[in-house]
Amino acid sequence: MSNETSTTGLAGDSKAADFEPRITAFVCNWCTYTGADLAGTSRLRMASNVRIIRLPCTGRIDPLFIIKAFERGADGVIVSGCHPADCHYTAGNYHARRRFAVFHDLMQFVGVDPGRITFSWVSASEGAKWRDVVNEAVGKARELGPFTEYRTLNQHNVSADHVREPAVCAAATKGGEEA
Amino acid sequence: MRCSDEGRRGGVKELRDLARQLLADGTVDVVVGWEDSSRGARPIFAGTPEEADKLIFDTRCLHNLATYLNPRRKQVTDLGKLALVIKGCDAKAVAGLLREMQLDRERVVLIGVRCGGVCEDSMAPEPVALTPETVAPRCHGCDNREPHLVDHLLGEPRPEPPVPLLTLDERVAALDALTPAQLWEYWTAQFEKCVRCYACRQVCPMCVCERCVADKSRPQWIETASHPRGNFSWNVTRALHLAGRCVGCGECERFCPAGIPLAVLNRKLQRVVKERYDYRVADDPEVKTPIGDYRLDDQQEFIK
Repeated sequence: MSNETSTTGLAGDSKAADFEPRITAFVCNWCTYTGADLAGTSRLRMASNVRIIRLPCTGRIDPLFIIKAFERGADGVIVSGCHPADCHYTAGNYHARRRFAVFHDLMQFVGVDPGRITFSWVSASEGAKWRDVVNEAVGKARELGPFTEYRTLNQHNVSADHVREPAVCAAATKGGEEA
Repeated sequence: MRCSDEGRRGGVKELRDLARQLLADGTVDVVVGWEDSSRGARPIFAGTPEEADKLIFDTRCLHNLATYLNPRRKQVTDLGKLALVIKGCDAKAVAGLLREMQLDRERVVLIGVRCGGVCEDSMAPEPVALTPETVAPRCHGCDNREPHLVDHLLGEPRPEPPVPLLTLDERVAALDALTPAQLWEYWTAQFEKCVRCYACRQVCPMCVCERCVADKSRPQWIETASHPRGNFSWNVTRALHLAGRCVGCGECERFCPAGIPLAVLNRKLQRVVKERYDYRVADDPEVKTPIGDYRLDDQQEFIK
């Protein structure tokens, strides 16, 4: 990683030009990990901001992994595994697809920018696709800046912010607060 | 005990007769239903035929009694065989427990009551007439006012409840129209209020894990401190674990001491599984939940 200014969780928190996004990639052992390996042995040039965590299958990836990654300082997350019909365990990726579809919509609903989370299918022979996925995810995270909103949530002054209510949401909350 | 016109239409007399009979002939050990009290309607565990005469059913009976069948409630399991009075939404929760093999169907006699919607105030001294102001928003669009998963079905068919002033769908739509930054601000402000009492989990009929992920410390997936970051993980995880399972009974929101609009979050996920998988939670234990099932041609527009 080229431009790491600090090892603390808040490294490069300004949207400075030297901001280097940290991307956590949760990948399946059988396809995407091998694909990433291929990208490496093929000497493909790509952004070096990705930390890969290898798991047996996308079906093994709990959405909590993603939440935890953001909590611990990730600016973006990639989830990648075998194409449909290619799962080493027959159906792990189909189950993951449903789980992550719901998770994707939920994260969008609570205001996590969809650009922070990338889902992809990358097979063992798709080293070039992996490069593109990585470059795109890093590019988006660079555009969005550091995801400090999440990881610094624990530093909020709860008592002071307790009544904070965005005016724009008045319509959404109106009438829903009694009882 | 009052048994008004409204009560007869609601099948209260039938309900009491049936409960008395079930208790007298030893079919069940306890009938779980609602009774009138100085603090409005509340659950009752009727163990004798005399107590069965206390049973009521009206618009204040909003508690989801299916939560007493949750396997986490060992103290209820120990009571023996139960008869449970259920509305349509409660029946969905019973079906959910059966579907997930958390309940032995032989253990319970289900007394279904036809429901015309409930109010939001169980503590009202008298049955509340349903108006757009008083009706519980979750009753809007209910597709199960007559439960199917029952051994006995009581009461006359009821009219549809009035449309609430602000429906859950309208609230979801209002939020859907916001930008990510606005949504983030809204939900973090809401989750910030959470005191992590886990009342939402405790009351939920569908939260069946003996050991919740929020209670695990090695590794600790969800921070236990009630700072906004831990609260965010907890509330998002709770909602996600109920995706496609939540019956929409609204008990989590009713129990939340911080007033977090959990029902809106749940309704959003109900809409997601409806739109993506054409799935609606039903009181049929044979239908699989959308998470835990799949189709080869599921949407994957969000995947590269």
